[in-house]
Amino acid sequence: MYAVFKRELFSLLNSLMAYITIGIFLLVSGLLLWFFPDTSILEYGYAELTGFFSLAPFLFMFLIPAITMRSFAEERREGTYILLASRPLSDLQIIMAKYLACLALVFFSLLPTLLYYYSIVHLGLPEGNIDGGAVTGSYIGLLLLGSAFVSIGIFASSVTKNQVIAFAVAVFISFIVYSGFDALSKIFTLSLFESVFAWLSVNQHFQSMSRGVLDTRDLVYFVTFDLLFLGMTSLVVGGRKW
Amino acid sequence: MSIQVERLSKTYGQQKAVDAISFTAEPGKILGFLGPNGAGKSTTMKMLSGYLKPTSGKAVLSNFDTQLQSLEMRRIMGYLPENTPLYADMYVREFLNFVANTYELAQPEMKTKDVIERVGLGEEQHKKISMLSKGYKQRVGLAQAIIHDPEVLILDEPTSGLDPNQLTDIRELIRQLGNNKTVILSTHIMQEVEALCEQVIIINKGVIVADSTMIVLKTQHKTDSLEDIFRILTR
Repeated sequence: MYAVFKRELFSLLNSLMAYITIGIFLLVSGLLLWFFPDTSILEYGYAELTGFFSLAPFLFMFLIPAITMRSFAEERREGTYILLASRPLSDLQIIMAKYLACLALVFFSLLPTLLYYYSIVHLGLPEGNIDGGAVTGSYIGLLLLGSAFVSIGIFASSVTKNQVIAFAVAVFISFIVYSGFDALSKIFTLSLFESVFAWLSVNQHFQSMSRGVLDTRDLVYFVTFDLLFLGMTSLVVGGRKW
Repeated sequence: MSIQVERLSKTYGQQKAVDAISFTAEPGKILGFLGPNGAGKSTTMKMLSGYLKPTSGKAVLSNFDTQLQSLEMRRIMGYLPENTPLYADMYVREFLNFVANTYELAQPEMKTKDVIERVGLGEEQHKKISMLSKGYKQRVGLAQAIIHDPEVLILDEPTSGLDPNQLTDIRELIRQLGNNKTVILSTHIMQEVEALCEQVIIINKGVIVADSTMIVLKTQHKTDSLEDIFRILTR
């Protein structure tokens, strides 16, 4: 499984796509956070990173599908999946390897943003006046949110051989689980469904982690979420309809 | 008996791609698998490699059931799929190294070097796979199938699209491999079967229509041309 993980990661790093997506992520978040007057921290006047953490999920929603879209769709189009499937590897191992490779890339794209944290720490008055717990929680939450989007993207990639369709499906599902369930819970205010949809929403769990409270319930939610989508991928891949 | 197939079937919807075929193959002999296009050759081979699940029946490779002991079976089986799919964005050496690592072989570098020598890829080993000609791609395909020294080799049209020189090289290599392994190969070239195989299976519309040695087949049909036999049996 490690061999497949390594190959996937290297092939991502060898493709321009990875650098373009990470580049766009850093460029957009950097511009919105530091330069555009409407959203800039400097204009805002409070030394905190909440702006970044409410923006990042929406950037992830488009960037992660761009990273994951090729994982199975390309193998399917080129007919190379049979190469992996005839090795002593189970389908689940192959799926996990691809999932972890994409997740590693998401991790790499977040690393440079620690610079924002460093800057904010020094901008605060007095220096270092920042809620470290909330930032740590938000970063962990962002990684978990990223992992949820990666599992959606891997699943979307397995159902089609067209990468563009894989991308569109992944963005759509990501949007539904992030914003859609939130909206639904607001529609059903004061009924049973309100709490059901709120509980289903990725956003709710991400927000709760952003407060700096590391609750096992949120962790369990994200792990279950990932396993659900990876399990569905395994069903699709195991069906060998391609 | 290192390949044992019992009433293996594959059905797609209403269509029976492979219909309850049974045969055996032994080590040290090369088995030729013949049949017109769409007869079910590739489907059978995909089932033998464990890639496709049979609708019914079973296949056993060196005492490992392809479904029940799939992972163990894959360790002793080498498979060259139809049309030789390869990761075009990788370099030859890098790709073979990757394959060696998926088998968790000891000393993958050594194994890669050995196999590159065996299939005659020496001069091309630093090229990207997408840059290779068809013949060299075929060799890479063969290399990834034999790198772990499998007991059973399944080759799906290993010589399609090669020029005469490459053909002789690859055939020679397959003959060598056949000395101590069980090799099953499918092809459309009759001369190839006559040159390489002792045992011949002809399959038509998912059913086996002939399964015997070359000599028996020729005396049965009172002709010296395998092509004629093929035409009579698969019409």
